[in-house]
Amino acid sequence: MCVGIPAQVVELAPSGPHTAIVDVDGAQREVNTIMVDDEADVPLATGDWVLLHVGFAMSRIDAAEAAETLAFMRELGSVYDEEFEAFSSDLP
Amino acid sequence: MKFVDEFRDPAAAQRLLADIEQAAADQPPRKFMEVCGGHTHAIYRHGIEALLPDSIELIHGPGCPVCVIPMGRVDDAIAVAEADGVTLCCFGDMLRVPGGQSTLLEAKARGADVRIVYSPLDALALAERTPDRQVVFLAVGFETTAPSTAVTLVQARERNVLNFSVFCNHVTIVPPLKAILDSPGCDLDGFLGPGHVSTVIGTRPYRFVPEQYGRPLVTAGFEPVDILQAALMLLRQLADGRCTVENQYRRVVSGDGNRKALELLREVFVVRPHFEWRGLGFIAQSALGIAPEFSAWDAELRWEVPGVRVADPKACQCGEVLKGALRPWECKVFGTACTPETPIGTCMVSSEGACAAYYNYGRYSARTRLPVHAAS
Repeated sequence: MCVGIPAQVVELAPSGPHTAIVDVDGAQREVNTIMVDDEADVPLATGDWVLLHVGFAMSRIDAAEAAETLAFMRELGSVYDEEFEAFSSDLP
Repeated sequence: MKFVDEFRDPAAAQRLLADIEQAAADQPPRKFMEVCGGHTHAIYRHGIEALLPDSIELIHGPGCPVCVIPMGRVDDAIAVAEADGVTLCCFGDMLRVPGGQSTLLEAKARGADVRIVYSPLDALALAERTPDRQVVFLAVGFETTAPSTAVTLVQARERNVLNFSVFCNHVTIVPPLKAILDSPGCDLDGFLGPGHVSTVIGTRPYRFVPEQYGRPLVTAGFEPVDILQAALMLLRQLADGRCTVENQYRRVVSGDGNRKALELLREVFVVRPHFEWRGLGFIAQSALGIAPEFSAWDAELRWEVPGVRVADPKACQCGEVLKGALRPWECKVFGTACTPETPIGTCMVSSEGACAAYYNYGRYSARTRLPVHAAS
């Protein structure tokens, strides 16, 4: 559960500051970006990649790292499936 | 080489393995511990142990936050879940973790309102949508996850959501490392540092490992080549007589960590004087409690919980597995009484636990060592 999954930003600030809609393998969800907004010199933009953990963008990664990590995580099987299932599930 | 061919960069893996073999040949057998459930899973999934020279052993330490939750805390969470008007929200991993009497899944079957959430923010949103319910978030996880709980508590306070609270079980990575290094007979030669925890805390907090205990530590990413490269970096430090913290995972981890996340941890949490770890016992200053400024959202203050320490089942040897004294398959109940479907110990519950990872991918493991130089 400590593994972040790569997600791509598709919309900024849908619900105000520090929020974004991100896409993981075609599934989309609103996430919190406070921990990356503060960190970088350049503001987060649509198309950027982040490592996502329990609904929070934890760090920014480049597209190549995102692609590598995604490919690797798909190979990991259950860990990725669990994360993806949780990410794409409806709110309780 | 069969398994290396399955890596996405087999050439890089093959080069690393050749370098590792060379570095290992000139030194005594080495034991390296990884303390990250993601590493444990990747090591078993990709059969990394079988690729390494026989003289290198990987020990799977207490890196999975689900695996270190003591049974008494599960009982406490169940007691909260079964209180009148409560909806308990948790990550899916927690449902089957055995308490002294039952699991949250069994409590749900008995009628408790237990729900899986993806994010603590989902639990807060549920509280706002259901003002007649008391929504409790069961928080678990290392420093990777704790900042998310912190943001959620800050939002609960900003929006004055009083029917929301957090049952906090966040733990920190440094104290259990110290506990393992202090345990009698510890014969570890080095550590693979966790990847994503280190995105939050950075690499500086690990300096005590080389400075006080004389062991090198290398923070590592999750891909097989990351883990191989980190193992090589450890071997080279040992060969050169160096002992320091190195960062293999530079593309994601910085020395300082994430400033905002650390600020949130300091604002919302206080370090508990001690906390029980499954199999490791009580470890001083090893967990986070909710700070007094947020006490209105602390589930432990809102509900009476049994707070009873429950001894681990006699048959279960999770503690020995977490310390690296036993390999998963050496536990008496491994794969017989204890399986992922009916776990006795927590290491069998989460797919990142050493026992579940070995149970699922054991066919790739060290027990079935294959020649590294088999024709490809």
